[in-house]
Amino acid sequence: MTKKQIELSAQDISAVEKPTNRARLVKAPEHFVSQELIADINANGLDETRRGFLRKGFLSAIGGAAAGLAAPMAFAAGEGDPAILEKQEWQTTLGKNVATMPYGVPSIYEANLIRRESPGLTRVSAASVAFTPLQGLFGTITPNGLHFERHHQGWYNLNPETHRLMVNGMVKNARVFTMNDLMRLPSVSRTHFIECGANTGLEWGNVAVPTVQYTHGMLSCCEFTGVPLKVLLDECGADLKKGKFLLAEGGDGSGMTRTINLESCLDDTIVAWAMNGEMLRPENGFPLRLVVPGVQGVSWVKWLRRLEVGDMPWNTKDEAVHYIELMPDGMHRQYASIQECKSVITTPSGGQQLLDKGFYNVSGMAWSGRGKIKRVDVSFDGGNNWRTARLETPVLTKSITRFNIDWVWDGSPAILQSRAVDDTGYIQPSIKILRDLRGNRSIYHNNAIQSWKLDANGEVSNVQVG
Amino acid sequence: MCKLDKLFARLALLAFGIFSAHLAFAQSTQGSTKFPGIGRNATPAEVIAWDIDVRPDFKGLPKGSGSVAQGQVIWESKCASCHGVFGESNEIFTPIAGGTTTDDVKTGRVASLADRKQPQRTTLMKVPTVSTLWDYIYRAMPWNAPRSLTADDTYALVAFILSLGEIVPDDFVLSNANIAEVQKKMPNRNGMTRNHGFWSVNGKPDVNGSSCMTNCVKFVQIGSTLPDFARNAHGNIAEQNRLYGPYRGSDSTKPPIAKLPGSSGEGLAHAADTHAATTKGPAALFKNENCSACHAPNAKLVGPSIADIAAKYKGQSGAQEKLMAKVKNGGSGVWGAIPMPPQAQLSDEDRATLVRWVLTGQ
Repeated sequence: MTKKQIELSAQDISAVEKPTNRARLVKAPEHFVSQELIADINANGLDETRRGFLRKGFLSAIGGAAAGLAAPMAFAAGEGDPAILEKQEWQTTLGKNVATMPYGVPSIYEANLIRRESPGLTRVSAASVAFTPLQGLFGTITPNGLHFERHHQGWYNLNPETHRLMVNGMVKNARVFTMNDLMRLPSVSRTHFIECGANTGLEWGNVAVPTVQYTHGMLSCCEFTGVPLKVLLDECGADLKKGKFLLAEGGDGSGMTRTINLESCLDDTIVAWAMNGEMLRPENGFPLRLVVPGVQGVSWVKWLRRLEVGDMPWNTKDEAVHYIELMPDGMHRQYASIQECKSVITTPSGGQQLLDKGFYNVSGMAWSGRGKIKRVDVSFDGGNNWRTARLETPVLTKSITRFNIDWVWDGSPAILQSRAVDDTGYIQPSIKILRDLRGNRSIYHNNAIQSWKLDANGEVSNVQVG
Repeated sequence: MCKLDKLFARLALLAFGIFSAHLAFAQSTQGSTKFPGIGRNATPAEVIAWDIDVRPDFKGLPKGSGSVAQGQVIWESKCASCHGVFGESNEIFTPIAGGTTTDDVKTGRVASLADRKQPQRTTLMKVPTVSTLWDYIYRAMPWNAPRSLTADDTYALVAFILSLGEIVPDDFVLSNANIAEVQKKMPNRNGMTRNHGFWSVNGKPDVNGSSCMTNCVKFVQIGSTLPDFARNAHGNIAEQNRLYGPYRGSDSTKPPIAKLPGSSGEGLAHAADTHAATTKGPAALFKNENCSACHAPNAKLVGPSIADIAAKYKGQSGAQEKLMAKVKNGGSGVWGAIPMPPQAQLSDEDRATLVRWVLTGQ
């Protein structure tokens, strides 16, 4: 398919999906009679009874097309659910061919779960953020089409045939690798979360946005495949005694540059080309990006084209003007890289509506940039009493862990919170603890406990407690 | 660097490029220790072409110079549309200049960061090293035409920005020879710390939460909620959630509902919808084709607003054809010095749709 055709097929999905008259059967279906009847007719010839079976067989083969589209009706007492009693269109007509959608798309009924920008957050979309709809996700893996986006100067479809990675600086041999070279090297596949340092940053001062998509949606988790950074650096003869720092540079217009602290990031950093089994999506760095587990997303340089080993940090624009935290004394914390232990309940969450009282599976995500999630506690009364949630396996390091907890809602107002603990013993703090130490102008690294208020009418809203 | 020098440098690089191309095969395994046949050594010209970063110790800084006055001329034609004539604009990006004093230049700490007298943090209030400005402007500015500035342009622009902050005088000429001295005057040069636990995974966190499980607080106080007027500020939340399943979205175009909707959602006005109408048409095209990177509905961004364009061409015969040609071939001079780049990727049909929409709103 050409690029234009792919775009067309993506745009025309709704047209394709519209119910169409599928009764245009031009050929009689073959072999609609059973093997037994065939044997019977062959043995005993046709008579009126056996002709009757044949006629019925035709009817049952083509009869479905005549069934109308029954709109769901009121559930009359003593009768039953129309969804059961009435034949459905998809039961009674021919469905679509295989490969009608050669690179599948979600159901049209999932059209609401998409990446969204937060109105007013940025002035220009090429230097903006689109948030992942965490409120609708399951498990731990972010679908590639919903992975959050953050660009500094717009994204391009880079040509992988002309893409190059250069490794230079404090190395024995400055070397150049093509994608063909890189994808021949021994690769690893590991699942890690990526979180923007500014995730939840809008909430440092007060509640600012309504839903978990906007409070926590600069968060994704994928299985990344690529070559370990250490393999490439060793291959180039990097001086890792004196060269404690790495500059990663992107191939986009912003030429994004970030200093990586090799002392703590060398072990698990990956030069990655794949995400959840397919090549990276262009908006996530196709064909090559850096994966720096546990470290804020801006360091996972997209469209990666150069790695330079050096003996001091570079103090690039995004290390000196942005991604610095303002402390109450006027000092900025620079190179705050690690994403601390954090969790959030995603269902129910802000902006959602519960239908009725009764049982609910309350579910959310927990993650830590320093290691594995050890425990998640959930409170339904604004932090007064806590119960420990179930952690779903596998629990991986620097990855999202899904937690679930049973809850029977009695219909009275409630405040839901989750609190994660990682295997270093770090416990997710309240917003008050964070503000007492760091003030409210930090923007970055807000890993506070999130509170969702549930009213008696079933509506959930974003609140801060304390 | 004078033009003649540049020419010689280019010729030298070219000659080297031809020479090294012959060596490409020989180089293919050279330097490889473990993975024969993978990668090749970079040529010196290749490293020069890509290794443009400038560190705080000025490693990587090319020779050159530029004056405040030269910087002002370049600034007004290439930078002011986004950043304001004096780097003060907050329209598109955060302000570059403002909030620093000559006292800050002496102390190396920007006082307004602590006393909170400035409503906005500007670049000059934050950036501790002049190398950072030089590096970023050279590699990524102007925003819509990165890497179009020469080294001398960059020196001039950095000099102009520094003069806005009164870090250098108005007649200053910044060069590779004096830039290290200028760095000693940066107003926030002492304003950064790495003394925190977030730089390394082995670092010590600055806070820790409570592990209390029962009767942890005396009373629960809600300190902050979303104000009522902001209920619909992020669009209709109903359309941002599944329209089936136990957790629906609230219809934020309306006040909260009075009571629970019921176990199958029959009390929700939008529950009968099967899926949200997808927005298509010229507005989506305008966004998807990145027109919105430079044009806004009612405000001037890099280019004129849609409203301004519509007003200018209102009632003119041939406006549709004229603007379609401009979109295809690009244009300049009508709305200011910033040219509109040609949009050759658009089909004739899309161009017609976009221009009609801009002119008529239809």
